[in-house]
Amino acid sequence: MHDRALMLAILGGVFAFLYIPISVLVALSFNEGGLPTAWTGFSLKWYGALWQSPDILHAALNTLIVGLISAGVATVLGTFLAIGMEIRRRKGGALEALVFAPMIIPDVVLAIALLSFFSLLKVPMGLHTIIAAHVVFNLAFVCAVVRARLKSFDWAIVEASADLGAAASVTYRRIVLPVLAPAIMAGGLLAFTLSVDEFIIAFFTAGAGRGSTTLPMQIYAMIRFGVTPEINALATLVMAVSVTALALAQRLNKGGLPGQ
Amino acid sequence: MTPFLQIRNLSKAFGPVMAVDDLSLDIGDCEFFALLGASGSGKTTLLRMLAGFEAPGGGQILLEGRDIAQVPPNQRPVNLMFQSYALFPHMTVRANIAYGLEMERLPRAEIAARVDDILAVVELADLAGRKPDQLSGGQKQRVALARALVKRPRILLLDEPLGALDKKLRGAMQLELKRLQHEVGITFVMVTHDQEEALVMADRIAILKDGKLLQSGTPREVYECPQSRFAADFIGVMNFFPGKAEAGGLRAADGSLFRAGNRFEGAAVAAVRPERIHLGAGENTLPGVVAAMAYQGLDLQLHVQTGAAAKPVTIRLTADVAEAQNLRIGDAVVLGWAAKDTRIFPA
Repeated sequence: MHDRALMLAILGGVFAFLYIPISVLVALSFNEGGLPTAWTGFSLKWYGALWQSPDILHAALNTLIVGLISAGVATVLGTFLAIGMEIRRRKGGALEALVFAPMIIPDVVLAIALLSFFSLLKVPMGLHTIIAAHVVFNLAFVCAVVRARLKSFDWAIVEASADLGAAASVTYRRIVLPVLAPAIMAGGLLAFTLSVDEFIIAFFTAGAGRGSTTLPMQIYAMIRFGVTPEINALATLVMAVSVTALALAQRLNKGGLPGQ
Repeated sequence: MTPFLQIRNLSKAFGPVMAVDDLSLDIGDCEFFALLGASGSGKTTLLRMLAGFEAPGGGQILLEGRDIAQVPPNQRPVNLMFQSYALFPHMTVRANIAYGLEMERLPRAEIAARVDDILAVVELADLAGRKPDQLSGGQKQRVALARALVKRPRILLLDEPLGALDKKLRGAMQLELKRLQHEVGITFVMVTHDQEEALVMADRIAILKDGKLLQSGTPREVYECPQSRFAADFIGVMNFFPGKAEAGGLRAADGSLFRAGNRFEGAAVAAVRPERIHLGAGENTLPGVVAAMAYQGLDLQLHVQTGAAAKPVTIRLTADVAEAQNLRIGDAVVLGWAAKDTRIFPA
């Protein structure tokens, strides 16, 4: 009995450590007075204030563009990469480590590498370079999610489809992609959430102007003048989007997602 | 007249291993043909070459005289029922069965009619809306069968069709498949490792070993007249007596001479089926002691220790004969059998 109480206390402590800061942030985003020291009543006015700021709206739009395009491109490429790798693996031979390197390499290293690469090629930087950079790591994540699903994929159904008269392209469209669809969608949603809150790589590859500022970069810029209630509201919104997308991804793909 | 399906000098190597080795075989129209062999005998590779999933290393596959060895699987008038059934998990039973007809771009109404027909044949009409994971093993097997049959292939290939079913269901499905084959009038080529299954279901059997054809014939022929020791051992139960073949027959280890239906010289084994041995002296006679008895309902299996073989001799008596004898373990008995039921093989 004593052990059990101790374990529960430790569990409680861990959860408190994980979630109290986030809870405080969310609570303060609804605090009318806007001061972290006193609760003066519930209000949505800080969320309203976000709508009044052209900088924030612009950054949100950029984030959405980067997230959707990079997730979309990574989903298509990552899916085919995963299928191709699985076919190769079944025939012996693998290039696994090469593909998954972007998941393991520290973001800051990847960010510097991409920055030097773009400068070397003299590519003018902006949203398109952020998108390309995000595709690099999103590709690895989508590929990992789809490959996990492929581990339990019954390849006999591909042969069955051919046996019943389907050409290879028809088999992909009607058999392989529908069976993998939950994993593909989960991979896409994961890629989107990773892109939405990615800061370092976007910061390095955005270029000089303010035109390609994303939300995390905007928050970073604002925070230099102190944590304002608007930042709390913005962070809460970003978190809500990420959590929703991740929960959806997990639901779709019951096999679970690889750790970040 | 050319045979319906001719397999001519077919070979397939996987690295240094010859999975199928210069194999020739004729299969008739509307025949139920079984490819029987242990794992590694090449029977599945042969089946996959017939389906088009493996390219032959050499030789021909002639369907009504036309070589189909290079035709891709989706263009062959041949369908395969997979061992794992390979049903499409995201489609209903009806969609699974309709898939092959949609590939032929048939009119919707015809597809619906043919799917309904085949659903009735395999008695699955009331499960048409289910997904594969809501079906039992036996139901999945019937969906897989319907999905292949609805295409009206010239040949239906079956890869261990009853392998995943439990024993009781397997017995029922053996007869069911045979009835169905008769009904649809399609050539069935079945791969199995189960000799009993092959005997019960097939019109003709080919026994494969190490990629080679050992023997082919009707179930009766391969059971009664095995042409090698392996075939004799593989099909059914067989008693073997090692010894030395001489002019009169085979001289066994204990000195007794067994007369046989065929002749051979040198080190050899004599083989005789359990049901051919009776109690009491015969053309061949061997004394022994009852070592064990196994009651099997209709008949009684007797294991008799003799001097002619290390392993006890297995014999089968019908229950009424056994009852009249009132045998007990340890009783001395005399076994007898006819020369024509004895075959001699090289050792």
